Amino acid sequence: MIRLAVVSGKGGTGKTMVAAALADISGVPQVLADCDVDAANLELLFRPRRLTTEEFRGLAAARIDPERCRDCGICADHCRFGAIVRNDAWEVDALHCEGCGVCTYVCPVGAVRMEPRVCGEIYTSATDRGNLAHARLFPGSGNSGLLVTEVKKRAMSLADGADLLLADGPPGIGCPLIATISGMDAVLIVTEPGVSALHDLERLVTVCRRFGVRIFVAINRFDLAEDICARIEDYCEREGIVVAGKIPFDPSVIDAVRNGRPVTRSDSAATDALRALRDSLFAELGLL
Amino acid sequence: MKIAIASGKGGTGKSTVAANLACTLARSREVALVDCDVEEPNLHLFFPAAAVDVPVTTPVPEIDPARCTLCGECGKFCRFGALSVLKDRVLVFPELCHSCGGCSLVCPQGAVREVPRTVGRVACSCPLPSLTLISGVLNEGEVQAPAVIRAAKMLAQGHPLTLYDASPGIACPVIETLEGSDACVLVTESTLFGLHDLRLAAEVVETIGIPAGVVINRSDGRDEETLEFCRDRGLPVLMTIPFSREIAAVQNRGGLIAALLPGWEERFAALFDGIVKIAGVSQ
Repeated sequence: MIRLAVVSGKGGTGKTMVAAALADISGVPQVLADCDVDAANLELLFRPRRLTTEEFRGLAAARIDPERCRDCGICADHCRFGAIVRNDAWEVDALHCEGCGVCTYVCPVGAVRMEPRVCGEIYTSATDRGNLAHARLFPGSGNSGLLVTEVKKRAMSLADGADLLLADGPPGIGCPLIATISGMDAVLIVTEPGVSALHDLERLVTVCRRFGVRIFVAINRFDLAEDICARIEDYCEREGIVVAGKIPFDPSVIDAVRNGRPVTRSDSAATDALRALRDSLFAELGLL
Repeated sequence: MKIAIASGKGGTGKSTVAANLACTLARSREVALVDCDVEEPNLHLFFPAAAVDVPVTTPVPEIDPARCTLCGECGKFCRFGALSVLKDRVLVFPELCHSCGGCSLVCPQGAVREVPRTVGRVACSCPLPSLTLISGVLNEGEVQAPAVIRAAKMLAQGHPLTLYDASPGIACPVIETLEGSDACVLVTESTLFGLHDLRLAAEVVETIGIPAGVVINRSDGRDEETLEFCRDRGLPVLMTIPFSREIAAVQNRGGLIAALLPGWEERFAALFDGIVKIAGVSQ
């Protein structure tokens, strides 16, 4: 099985649109994973039927028992994250608690305990294009990298008989992105012709190289600034990265997203380009 | 006053709004603009200038093998898997360390010392006479984005007017950015994804308790659902930026519409007035 993640560095370049299009027209048995757990959007295009829902427990959080607390404040002195605050009594601010457990260790009267905390939900669903593992991070929760890892595990458990695991990744280059690309065979970086997107592409390539994944690039809305598009292609050539496809600016893409379906469900210039992208990418990956 | 610019979805135009707002305000007052999207900072592309770098470090453990008895207490305590005690030595995985200091506390031999490790930098520049740009930059391959955001915000302390440009999403880096802000501008676009993610971002600012308003970017005029959502949630729509190839062309090349296209400086000045109103602080 080939494991492929669609990522972007910069947000809003069209990751989910491209991932949904590839899923729609892949033509191979596949399993899908939405690894953008902060803002999971893939399900909006596939209207999946929910199979399972599970609680996602991140690292435990501290809790102070007000009955036992002697008000010494030693825990607050040792907390490096400013998570122990004094209101009427000493309390743990869950937004800041990293779950390190230092407070439980230093409390002289055993008033602090670590308790499990629910940070989101993990789902498996069925779509007409294969099974989907996805999740919802509760707003303000941490542990998004951990949740990505759990989503990938669920996807693997649904992958029986699949030739392709297709993941829609998060923006950025931090914790959730690293959790997404580790263990992948290849990444498809969706970029666009803008100075910000090019800058972000270069940083993302540096990170991807460390994980030894094969790197491909797709340039979305390439015709909005042909000169910067040429700069992206030059960069890719210098770095030995295959530009697997170029997708034109096409209002039918906006209409498709507005109507909640993959753009490839109807004919358009973008659909043609996405089919060509699929062909060249899958040929490189040995999926054809 | 501190204003955060955020959004659930990426690429809705946070940095564009932040850069144009900063450029407009810098014509009449001192502004500090802080790039808190440390994974992919872009504001310096709109304001090229020579910068001074300050490294950002976090403390990580170093084991003194002469004192260490391999008792295993540090490895047992660390919940992040950053220490692994073997038969003949202790392995440290600094990239997994959250710098809580627990290992040095629990070590009975005093064999754990904390040493600084560079995870990123903060670049400071003065691209315009009244504008200070402070960009947090996370090193590639690192995961401690909040530490770099904290450092960037700290370097901006003391400025009377500060703008924070957040990263997309709703997780820890966004919380770290929003902390201490007087008002938040949520930048969205009128698509299915934009509205879905705006809902999440609105929940975050509500949880933290920061007054917020909305900017609709790349509007094609069909914003009814977004407007209805904002009405229901009591979020004022502070500005609407239409989709146009002209605007896209300026921005794709790192230009500012407030400086290059007529009428936009006034509109960003009006946006600021709207933000001041929702923040309810005196200027």
